[in-house]
Amino acid sequence: MSDAHPAGECGPLEIRIARKCFARTSGGHLEVLQDIALTLPRGEVAAFVGPSGCGKTTMLRIIAGLDRDYEGTIARGFGGAVGMVFQEPRLLPWRTVEENVRLVAPGASEAKLAALFDTLELTPHRLHYPGQLSLGLARRASLARAFAVEASLLILDEPFVSLDDALAARLRGELIKLIDSRPVTTLLVTHDVDEAIGLADRLFLLSASPARIVAELPIRRRDPASTAAIRAEVARVTAGARRVG
Amino acid sequence: MSMLRLASIAMLLGIWYAGSVLAGERLLPGPEAVLAAIVAEARSGALALHLAATLARVALAFGLAMAIGTALGLLMGRVKLADELGDPWLVVLLNLPALVIIILAYVWGGLTEAAAIAAVAINKLPNTIVTIREGARALDPALDEMARVFAMPRARAIRHVVMPQVAPYFAAAARSGLSLVWKIVLVVELLGRPNGVGFEMGIAFQLFDVTRIIAYALVFVAVMLTIETMVVQPLERRASRWRVRTA
Repeated sequence: MSDAHPAGECGPLEIRIARKCFARTSGGHLEVLQDIALTLPRGEVAAFVGPSGCGKTTMLRIIAGLDRDYEGTIARGFGGAVGMVFQEPRLLPWRTVEENVRLVAPGASEAKLAALFDTLELTPHRLHYPGQLSLGLARRASLARAFAVEASLLILDEPFVSLDDALAARLRGELIKLIDSRPVTTLLVTHDVDEAIGLADRLFLLSASPARIVAELPIRRRDPASTAAIRAEVARVTAGARRVG
Repeated sequence: MSMLRLASIAMLLGIWYAGSVLAGERLLPGPEAVLAAIVAEARSGALALHLAATLARVALAFGLAMAIGTALGLLMGRVKLADELGDPWLVVLLNLPALVIIILAYVWGGLTEAAAIAAVAINKLPNTIVTIREGARALDPALDEMARVFAMPRARAIRHVVMPQVAPYFAAAARSGLSLVWKIVLVVELLGRPNGVGFEMGIAFQLFDVTRIIAYALVFVAVMLTIETMVVQPLERRASRWRVRTA
């Protein structure tokens, strides 16, 4: 956290979700989230790892303000824009890649956009419409959109799936550069433990539905020994959670 | 134009010609008599006068119906309360015969230009509302969420997220609207206006002048076809240029 920011702008992100239910069509309620409580200091990166279908996307939607039907509070101790990468690209099909980015980031300079498109290897596709892109390219365009807004909160829902390994590795590098350049509080949902260890300051393990936080693992060093230790811890906790059911 | 299309038009002209020979010039004048009537009306200036009057009414009524219909359609498609309140009115309006609306408009508003244009616009309005409402209901919530997360200003979201999704419905409403409006404008002119193609039709009917009826009808169809190919179709192509053309 830098001292350049006024005190009021440096608050943490406080997530308190006591309960989130969906109404079943057959009547009754399906509980998807339970007692999710965490406080994330400004500029930190949190990774969430959990079984698929456990409610991670629901949690992100609540934090993004898209779902207000839950018990609890989300307090953001800082202002600024939100950038989000959804599981699907969610580009406007009737606008070009470049227009899609510019529409959410009208203040971004041409130099910045050019550099961003270059890194994401989108330069030849700037004037293409999303329908002309492969899924991998469309995902990159949606990453460009989220990176282009000078977000103070970045929400990434499995941002690097369906990209080839080399490109995914490079994009992770870009994400780290972006996060290091300014304080960006980042929430990352992934099923890839190595990706989580590589990017996050803290790793949260979630249980199967209804999702609870079963473990919070701080990641302080990324040398092979520490990484292996965290991976072992993740394996131990997940095995334990599975035994308990 | 494809050969088939040309052949089809030639066949129509042939049947017309044969029909006029069989039925006689008085009931169905041949193509050359109608052409001569068009030239004569154009020379006297009557054609341009009546055509301009009718086109102006079409444009005004069409613009009014599309503007109000789009606004109400979007509202009813997005806001449940508006839909529930407006739907019965819509059903009444949809099922009210055009002639009833026209007569009531003239009775209540007098034989005025405003009453005439209002009558036509009200006839087209429910149709526009229904089509645009369908479009508003089909809006993609995923894109709406995207615009909300990125805090897109409302005006920008409407222009870049909502309107492109409604555009195909708008085009459909405009297309069916243009042909509907001009037909109703003729009835309005026949019943209560001192000029326009419909007024001329009324005079020609009283004089049993079939040549003039066909002459005016043909010219007006030609004008509307021109508007369709020169304005409506290019606009539609522009609006759908993002669609990937598949075989």
